[in-house]
Amino acid sequence: MAETIQLEVTRYSPEHDAAPTFQRFEVPYRRDWVVLDALNYIKDQLDGSLSYRWSCRMGICGSCGMMVNGEPKLTCATFLSSYAPDAVRVEPLRYFPVVRDLVIEMSDFMVKLKKVKPWIIQKEEKSIADGEYLQTPQQLDVYKQFSMCINCMLCYAACPVYGLDPLFTGPAAIALAQRYNIDSRDQGAKERMDILSQHEGIWACTFVGECTEVCPKHVDPAGAIQQYKLTAAKEWFKSLLMPWGAK
Amino acid sequence: MTPHETKGETQYTAYHPRWYRTRVSTYWWLGKWYYLKFVLRELSSIFVAYFVVITLLQIHSLSRGPEAYARFEERMRNPLMIALDAISFLFVLFHTITWFNLAPRAMVVRLGGKRVPEILIAGSNYVAWLVISASVAWFILR
Amino acid sequence: MRTWFAADKTGFHMLHALFQTSLKYDTVIRYDEWFVTKLLVDDGCVQGAVAIELMSGKIQAITAHAIILCTGGCGRVFPFTTNANIKNGDGMALAYRAGAPLKDMEFVQYHPTGLPFTGILITEAARAEGGYMLNKDGYRYLQDYNLGKPQPKPVLRSMELGPRDRLSQAFVMEMEKGRTIKGPYGDVVHLDLRHLGEKLISTKLPFVRELCLKYQNIDPIKELIPVRPVVHYMMGGVHTNINGATPLPGLYAAGEVACVSINGANRLGSNSLPELLVFGARVGRAAAEFASKHTAPSAAILAQAMDENRRLRKQLLEKTGGGERIATIRDEMQKAIEDGAGIYRTGTSLVETVTKLRELQQRYTNTVLDDRGLTFNTELIAAMELGFMLDAAEAIVQCALHRTESRGAHQRTDFPKRNDEKFLAHSLVYRNADGSSRVEYLPVKITRWPPGERVYGEPSQTKEAQAGR
Repeated sequence: MAETIQLEVTRYSPEHDAAPTFQRFEVPYRRDWVVLDALNYIKDQLDGSLSYRWSCRMGICGSCGMMVNGEPKLTCATFLSSYAPDAVRVEPLRYFPVVRDLVIEMSDFMVKLKKVKPWIIQKEEKSIADGEYLQTPQQLDVYKQFSMCINCMLCYAACPVYGLDPLFTGPAAIALAQRYNIDSRDQGAKERMDILSQHEGIWACTFVGECTEVCPKHVDPAGAIQQYKLTAAKEWFKSLLMPWGAK
Repeated sequence: MTPHETKGETQYTAYHPRWYRTRVSTYWWLGKWYYLKFVLRELSSIFVAYFVVITLLQIHSLSRGPEAYARFEERMRNPLMIALDAISFLFVLFHTITWFNLAPRAMVVRLGGKRVPEILIAGSNYVAWLVISASVAWFILR
Repeated sequence: MRTWFAADKTGFHMLHALFQTSLKYDTVIRYDEWFVTKLLVDDGCVQGAVAIELMSGKIQAITAHAIILCTGGCGRVFPFTTNANIKNGDGMALAYRAGAPLKDMEFVQYHPTGLPFTGILITEAARAEGGYMLNKDGYRYLQDYNLGKPQPKPVLRSMELGPRDRLSQAFVMEMEKGRTIKGPYGDVVHLDLRHLGEKLISTKLPFVRELCLKYQNIDPIKELIPVRPVVHYMMGGVHTNINGATPLPGLYAAGEVACVSINGANRLGSNSLPELLVFGARVGRAAAEFASKHTAPSAAILAQAMDENRRLRKQLLEKTGGGERIATIRDEMQKAIEDGAGIYRTGTSLVETVTKLRELQQRYTNTVLDDRGLTFNTELIAAMELGFMLDAAEAIVQCALHRTESRGAHQRTDFPKRNDEKFLAHSLVYRNADGSSRVEYLPVKITRWPPGERVYGEPSQTKEAQAGR
């Protein structure tokens, strides 16, 4: 078994470089090391100027998303042993602007997340004295899968629609909107429909399905979007056939 | 704080982050089989449209009597047309199979609080297809 | 005690629900990825903070009528911890440097079964379903430590289901006897789930299996899981009252960074999540009320902010010479504190650690950065975090040194008994003007439950039988 493995890492410093370049490092190889451990080794021992995001090291914070050999992955969940003895290429998450080395600019996602209103919308707010909202396990089961999103944005890196048209709301944001739409405590489906039935909302999606393939938490954003399209179509037919229905 | 996107010669100024945007190639879909499959799936709709048109012409010529139909068949016997038809048929099959397999992702049916397994929804589509095809075939060949 | 939970994702769902709901309010302005380096204090009041805006490298000052610290614990001071990379005791050090005391820092909670390298927690459920803890001879060593005897089914409060700190202590004692396994990352014992079978593991412990497979390449169905006690929670923190107010006016704290203290010397499981909700709300309201009553910050703090700007540039960004790497100092600090102020402590080991920490503080001033850039300089942040960690480590070790008794999570082999006459009190550690620390005591007021004897295994079952349950 090889003792070391080569890592090819994107370097980009806006203060010195006009465009990103690659740099090769040789790091120790261990069976239980992931790509993130290799990056930490580089930063600690070889070159402290390598910048990247990470935090929990266990796939729950969503910070360490990067492209590993061209695939969007969480670097804390990608073993070096899957690539050894070949070199591993680590690049910043695709389709986002690169700020520095492996760090991307993600404010676009934050704006879109806010736009879809990811909170419980009630026609009349209950006060705390009225008690909590009750929900059965079956009602929870309906939206539970979509609530598992860790906001890692691997789905955006996988979505060619987002790559070609950065205005697209994107898989994670729509999946979170759907999570609230089908939550039994929420009454805001109409509000979100008005926002998401725009061109850059659900209709920009062409069901490539790669977002679901790369999602580390099995949220199935592609499924969420198609279900949302079905609901939107039903609503449209209803409004056509029964225009006097309550708005 | 306004970022300056690099366009070659833009200079970095202190405290103004300069972001780099990689251009997405027009041939983004050639890099991966999954993307290629997607593009082929979308393109198959052209062949579906072609198939529908041919079928409509066939029915139209049928309704005009046996000579019109004979002429139609003559035109279809052309090797180029046969090749085109064969390719179209494959694409229509591809289109149908991918459509049925993806249907359960959009149609979530819940019975008694639990989600109906995907294979049942896809399966029921296939069964319906078989039943309708069998009925049409029986009707024509009778 | 009852906790309404969501598998092992209760905290995750709370976080996302709160974050997403906070997006509703336009008046809440978030400064994402701004790293606070110093609290600005003038006139005895906290008046603002200086922060580095990571994206651009600009050093910004934010003035405020009140500041709430919610920066979490300081698990990363230790080498084996479940805490994320960002848990460096930032808030504790900020408050400490600003003049607020830290309370009960010596009480560090260990969780007995964590993976040695990643620190990922293997939940108690694995032991509750019947997992065994084995030493290097494949022997269930817990039966030697007054925790009951091996039974065919797991028995509550006995053997592997004993209290967490007793299990961690058993590990240390096994290690001293040389009966633990020497792994590539240090000593471990094995958690054996193989006898439970694939079916049970897949239905009752799917998360445990997933965590081991996905993050450390080990399959619990076929292999032994290497585990060791890992630091999980800091009972100590910034001294606050029941409304989250620290003795420094304008400074509030909530969550793990604060020490109210509702967790005492040993926290009960699942208590820190409700603590976040309850005290988060209380402190928010208290700080808002305080802020509404106080006047605009003084001009003197602008000068302080400029000073901080200069200090950061000189000490870190522009410095040449020296030659210490951040990672080296961090590793040595972690090793020193685990050896000296780990699960078991002695006066000698603590004094050694104090000396080592002083040496590391000195060497820290000689660190030189590879990264001189302004844009997203994470090495600068790592250097700042190391400084905070050294302060937190100092506080932990000093409090442990002065408390010459054993209580809850703080165990001294040279003082194994609890001493209620002298030490039924909170330790408060203050920073002196010259950088050294002083420890004082705040007596504890007993209102309802006086301290009692802890008994586990057979004696506790006998006691329950006697109480007629």
